Amino acid sequence: MNWTMMSALVVYLVGVYLLGYYSWAFVARARAGTGAGFMREYFISGRDLGGFVLAMTLVATYVSAGSFIGGPGTAYTQGLGWVFLAMAQMPTGYLTLALLGKRFAILARKINAVTIVDYLKARYESDLVVILASISIVAFLMASMTAQWVGAARVLQAVGMSYELGLAIFAITLLIYVTVGGFRAVALTDALQGMVMLVGTIAIIIGAVSAGGGVENIVRTMYKTNPDLITPFGVKNFISVPWVSSFWVLVGIGLVGLPQIAVRAMAYRDSKAMHRAIIIGTPVAGFLMLGMHLVGAFGAAVVPGIKAGDLVVPTVTTKVLPEWLAGMFLAGPLAAIMSTVDSMLILVASSIVKDIWLNYVNPKMSDRGIANMSTIVTIIVGVVVYVTALKPPPLLVWLNLFAIAGLEATFFWPILLGLYWRRANAPGAIASMLAGVGSYLYFDQVILWKKPLGMHTVVLPLILALVAFVVVSCVTRKPSREIEEKFWA
Amino acid sequence: MEDDRKGLRVDPRYVQATKEAVIGLILFVLNFLWWYGFAYTLGSGSPDKYTYVLGFPAWFFWSCIVGFVVFSIAATWVVARFFKDIPLD
Repeated sequence: MNWTMMSALVVYLVGVYLLGYYSWAFVARARAGTGAGFMREYFISGRDLGGFVLAMTLVATYVSAGSFIGGPGTAYTQGLGWVFLAMAQMPTGYLTLALLGKRFAILARKINAVTIVDYLKARYESDLVVILASISIVAFLMASMTAQWVGAARVLQAVGMSYELGLAIFAITLLIYVTVGGFRAVALTDALQGMVMLVGTIAIIIGAVSAGGGVENIVRTMYKTNPDLITPFGVKNFISVPWVSSFWVLVGIGLVGLPQIAVRAMAYRDSKAMHRAIIIGTPVAGFLMLGMHLVGAFGAAVVPGIKAGDLVVPTVTTKVLPEWLAGMFLAGPLAAIMSTVDSMLILVASSIVKDIWLNYVNPKMSDRGIANMSTIVTIIVGVVVYVTALKPPPLLVWLNLFAIAGLEATFFWPILLGLYWRRANAPGAIASMLAGVGSYLYFDQVILWKKPLGMHTVVLPLILALVAFVVVSCVTRKPSREIEEKFWA
Repeated sequence: MEDDRKGLRVDPRYVQATKEAVIGLILFVLNFLWWYGFAYTLGSGSPDKYTYVLGFPAWFFWSCIVGFVVFSIAATWVVARFFKDIPLD
């Protein structure tokens, strides 16, 4: 084990524990109070996120193993075209906050919603909507959590830990701070993790550029290796124009439909927090995307000959940075993964406790019972994910392939149209969810039509989901007067 | 406040909130056009004929690097100019 690199990681982990401990005081106070108070604290931190924390938790939740390990790995083989593609994700922060906007925050307060499913339940008053949404959250997020944990263990392997030990340390840390601190611990550690990612990205981009003898030199080497590496089209037109044009649907606007992103739009304190979050979050998201993917693309010139994509970032890091700095940087991808997984974990727990158990199994649970159950469910979900990450079952591997697209197909229209279209009703929402996920699976898995009309697989299902929503809503009864009054008056 | 055709009094805060959502969407579309436009106008020719800015191919410099800076500033400006401080409770 490399102790110099290890010590930087340890400092980072201590910081995470301290924030968990700090949040514990809030949770304990809420636990002593009422049940609704506890749920609001544990699942949405009492709706008091300030601008900086909101910006960081939004960006960090979204920036995952994909952006820190997988994406740069692909940029290594595809060059600047892949960096260009990654920049489609820059608007995520401002788009989510502006589109869901204050309206979502106002509504969440009116109906006292602490989860996305709470909101859908109040808007559509349909058990089927609640059940489909909850199943989608639990299945897709469990699958992508497992994949992220595998990524974390790989990062820890880079400092010489065994896969099992790395996974165990990661899992225990994450479980402790999420269980004791709830959403507040998730958001605060996200802020810390966001800063670790920022510092790490700055360090490694400087390291890579100077190791390669300046940008001009690096780009010239890339051109000599293969001229395709400096075009927007990738190697042998791998990144085709229609695909790019539609990819931004998946990673640009579609992200608004991810429950772990959308839930943050109802957790902020006031208008000012939201404004500050847009101002801070936009450059942070852009910089992380640009910096990390550039590192991957430049890596092809700086450290040629790396075989596996996942090893590009760890290898470049250890090659171009001094050891103590490399350790700090490896905390970056680890932070990226943790900040994504903690949000998923708390969301899955909220869905099981609040959306499924309290709605359908035992609506009369005592306040203390809710508090205890939330803790226990968080632990159980975490342990299940830990065990499955040791040897991921094929079903989860399969589900993870379309977890993001699946969540977007489920939630995008029901969330947005519920907010902006008064005529949207339950049959429409159900039709939209079924049409979206169903057609996605059908195209992607059954007829293997991976790029319909050259576009990303998610685009056509999203269009079909919209059509289904509008058509079915229009031919069925309009929402009740009570819903209209609750949501518009 | 305005009564709509069904006699429902629409929450006046929604008017401002919807305006902000539309402005956010416009910013996103401009962001997309900038990103997409510079990449495919300057980057479509043969890489042998590329021009460079600060070592980067010009298409990449304008699309990704300048685009990043411009839209970070634009987001700040839009918030300062159009977003209003309204109560949420």
